[in-house]
Parts: sequence; C-alpha cells; structure tokens
Amino acid sequence: MSASTAPAAPASRATRPRRTSSTATQVLFDAPGPKGRARIALLSILSSVAILAVIGLGLWQFQKNGQLDPNKWVVYLRADYLAFLGRGLLGTLKVTAVAAVVAFPFGLLLALARLSRFGALSRAATVWIEFFRGIPMLLVVYAFLLALPAYGVTVPRFWMLVIPMILVSAATTAEVFRAGIKAVDVGQHEAAAAIGLGRRDALLSVILPQAVRLVLPSLILALVTLLKDSTLGYVVSYNELQFQGKTMVSITRYLVQTYVVVSIIYIALNFLLTRIALALDARMKARASAS
Amino acid sequence: MQAIAENIPLLVQGIAYTVALTLLGYVLALIVGTVLAVCRVSPIPPLRWAATIYVEIFRNIPLLSLLILIAFGLPDVGLRLPYFWCGVLGLTLSSAAFVCENVRSGINTVPVGHAEAARSIGLGFFGTLRYVVLPQAFRTMIQPLVNVFIGTVIGSALCSAIAVSEITWVTQTLNIQYAQAVIMFLVAGAVYLGMSLGGSALGGALERAVSPDPHGSSRRRNTLDVTAGAQA
Repeated sequence: MSASTAPAAPASRATRPRRTSSTATQVLFDAPGPKGRARIALLSILSSVAILAVIGLGLWQFQKNGQLDPNKWVVYLRADYLAFLGRGLLGTLKVTAVAAVVAFPFGLLLALARLSRFGALSRAATVWIEFFRGIPMLLVVYAFLLALPAYGVTVPRFWMLVIPMILVSAATTAEVFRAGIKAVDVGQHEAAAAIGLGRRDALLSVILPQAVRLVLPSLILALVTLLKDSTLGYVVSYNELQFQGKTMVSITRYLVQTYVVVSIIYIALNFLLTRIALALDARMKARASAS
Repeated sequence: MQAIAENIPLLVQGIAYTVALTLLGYVLALIVGTVLAVCRVSPIPPLRWAATIYVEIFRNIPLLSLLILIAFGLPDVGLRLPYFWCGVLGLTLSSAAFVCENVRSGINTVPVGHAEAARSIGLGFFGTLRYVVLPQAFRTMIQPLVNVFIGTVIGSALCSAIAVSEITWVTQTLNIQYAQAVIMFLVAGAVYLGMSLGGSALGGALERAVSPDPHGSSRRRNTLDVTAGAQA
C-alpha cells in the first residue's frame, strides 16, 4: 500500500519501525485532514482526561484509606525486605526451572506417543493429554496435598507443587510439540524418505530438529504459564514469591503494598519472557517468508 | 458414593458457582476485550496506549496474584465486594486481555484489500470494523476464543483460594471430612472436563457453521500459533 493511505499518528509508526508489513489495522482510517486531526486531538484530550480521572480516583481511594503513606512503600527498598522477597523469587525460579526441565521432554514424549502408529499408545496419550489440559492445576495440587496423604503417600512440599506443574505443563507442551511436528513441511518427510531414511531416523534427524526450532517461541510462553502456575505455592505453603508475600503480610500487615510489589515482580518477569518469545517468533516468521 | 449422595446440594451449589463464575467472567471478558481491541486499533493515541498497558499488565499477572489482590487488597482501600464478585472481576480482567489480543490478531488476518475496499466506498473507522473487518475476523477468532474460554474454566478453580465455594472448594472441603478422595476428585474433574470439552465442541460447531467452505475449516490449524495455550 502507498504511503498516502498510511494511518494517522506518524509518531506511533516511528516508534515501531520494524512493523513494515501492511496489516488490516493500518488501513482502518485515512491519514486525517485538518478537521480529522482536530477531532483526534480533541478525543485524545478527552480520553486522557478520562483515563487520568480513573487513575486519580484509584489513588484518591488509596489515599483516603491511608494506603499511600510513603512509610508503607519505601520499606520495600530496604535490604532485608528485598532479601526476604528475593528468597521467594529464587524459590519461584527454582520451581519453574525444575518443572520446565522435566515437563518439556515429557511433553515431547507425549506428543510422539500421540502421533504414534500404535493405536493403543496413541489413544492412551490422547486421553492423558486431554485430561490434564482440561482440568485445573489447583485440582491436581489438592489431589497431592489432600488425597494422596490419605493413602499414605506423602511427598515434600517442593514436589507437591512441582509434580502437578509437570503433569499439567507436559500436557499443554505436548500439544505445542505436536503442532510443531505437523508444521514441518511435507517435503522434508519426502526428502528424508528419498535419501533412504526409515521412519524413525527421519523423525529423529530431520523432522524433530526443525520442529523443536519452530516451537521455541511457544516453549518460552509455556515458561510464562509455568511461572504463573508456580504461584500455587501459596496453596501448598512452599516458599515461592506469592507465599513469601503472604508470610510478609502476616509480619508487616502491609497487605496491599506487599501484594502489589509481588504482582509487579511477576508482571515484569513475564513481560520480559513474553517479549522475547514474540520477538523470536517475529524473527522466525520474517526469515521464513524471506526464503 | 455415600459421600456424594449425602452432599448433593453442596455439590450442585459448587457446580452452579463454577458455571456462573465461568460464564459471567467469559461474557464480560468478551465485551471488555472487544472494546479494548477497538481502542488498540483506533486513531486516538491515549486510548491505544492505555489499552496496550492494560493488556501487558493483565496478560502477565498470574491469575492467583490478581485474585488475591482483588479479594484481600480491595477491602484495605475501602472497597468491599462479595468474594464471588471478586472472582468474576478477576477472571474478567485477566481473560479480557487475552480476548483483546485475539481480536486484534483476528483483525490482522483480514486481507488489507478488504479494509481498503471498505474505506474506498466511504465507510469510516467504525463502519469498516463493523461491516467488513470484524465479521470476517470473527471466523478466525473462534478457535483462539475457545482457548480463552477453557482458560476461564480452568481459572475459575483458583477462586477457591479466595473462598468462593465453587466445585474445587467443595471437593477440597468434603475431602477433609470424608477421605474418599478418588470419587470426589473424579466428580470435580468431570465437571471441568465437561465444560472445557463442551466449549470446544460448541466452538467447533460454530466454526463450521460460519465457514464459507465447510470442508476447508481445518486448513488453518496446521499453521503454528505461538500464543495458543498461552493462557492458564
């Protein structure tokens, strides 16, 4: 499309120079004339006022209840407070890492089982995947927390959190891997067959390496999901960030402040991971369309 | 079995709460999410920025953290909501961010020529969206929106952590009383599986119904969607 029909707001275009491919969102409105610009300016001011009013109202509500008192917020810059939350963050990262390291290969195995030619194995994997994809992780956590001890099976708190994370994440990543394996071009299967590779060799040395590359961005997003799921440590009383926040609240009584700080840490971490995943995905798509 | 027979009213109430949380949260999220998506593609910069910031916050906050913040934090700033509505609010805020992203990428799948054609016959911003872009975008959005629904179903379980007596909470409570774990968890599992599989089936039927080519609807499934399953 020509530059003359490019949308308004060149400022925002300038901040996103990489997005050069034209999409439908970019032709929804013309470059505005003087009247249009005036209207956009007016609406911009009005909407800014509305947004600021909402934020102001929220802050005023905080202020009215004495929650904006600086003394309640600056404590989070103190070394001991930071160390306390840092220990929780470390727990969160440890849980997420262990769960990911086990769940991703497990998910790949489940995907291969589901794609297997053996009907029974394929059906079993399908049932397993659909089951753990369809039920909430909290239910699995309660099963480990409440049900299994009744049968004499007890596991440490760390595994009470990590095993449900693995079970649920493996099922979702299995679907990710399956989509990745299916997305590998048919020509690759044919080429592998043409050079005399058997089914297994073709899968191991031709299809899988490409499939894993394809699903890399999705796996990073699966990491985000794992990080979010790790908050259930709050339920099993494992020392991860959310539970550490709960402990902190019971000591300091700064409830809103603690949970806001904890949430901001989660948002920052996940924002970073999501950005990396989306950037990687965009780069891979660009490369694929260039070739 | 006896544990179930004795607690039918409690179980029914738990199921009703789960269904209510899910449906209310999902329907409200569809509305809020669509409004946000329209803001994100609008020519008004502050609205675009606000919607972008909203999405980045609520897509990245763990649902449990959000629910805790709403249920236990809001009373501290003088806003008292029943726990059930805290759950609905949390589910809505979180799912709306995902709905917004899916609607926006659905809009992007509409060929540029269609939007240009709509503009050239004199339709404005809302006209183009309403009559040309959104009806087509809706078709490609069904599958992602079903995923958001399943995310909402699964997310509703977290409301038991803020003392909403939905089915996970009922299961957990009865389990402490009766120690008949397997049966209890099977009941709860069946409820969630029924809801998510039912939602999928309904979405699939809807997709076939609105598809212009009933046999080609599975064509798109083979392309990778990074964000599929990104919501928990």
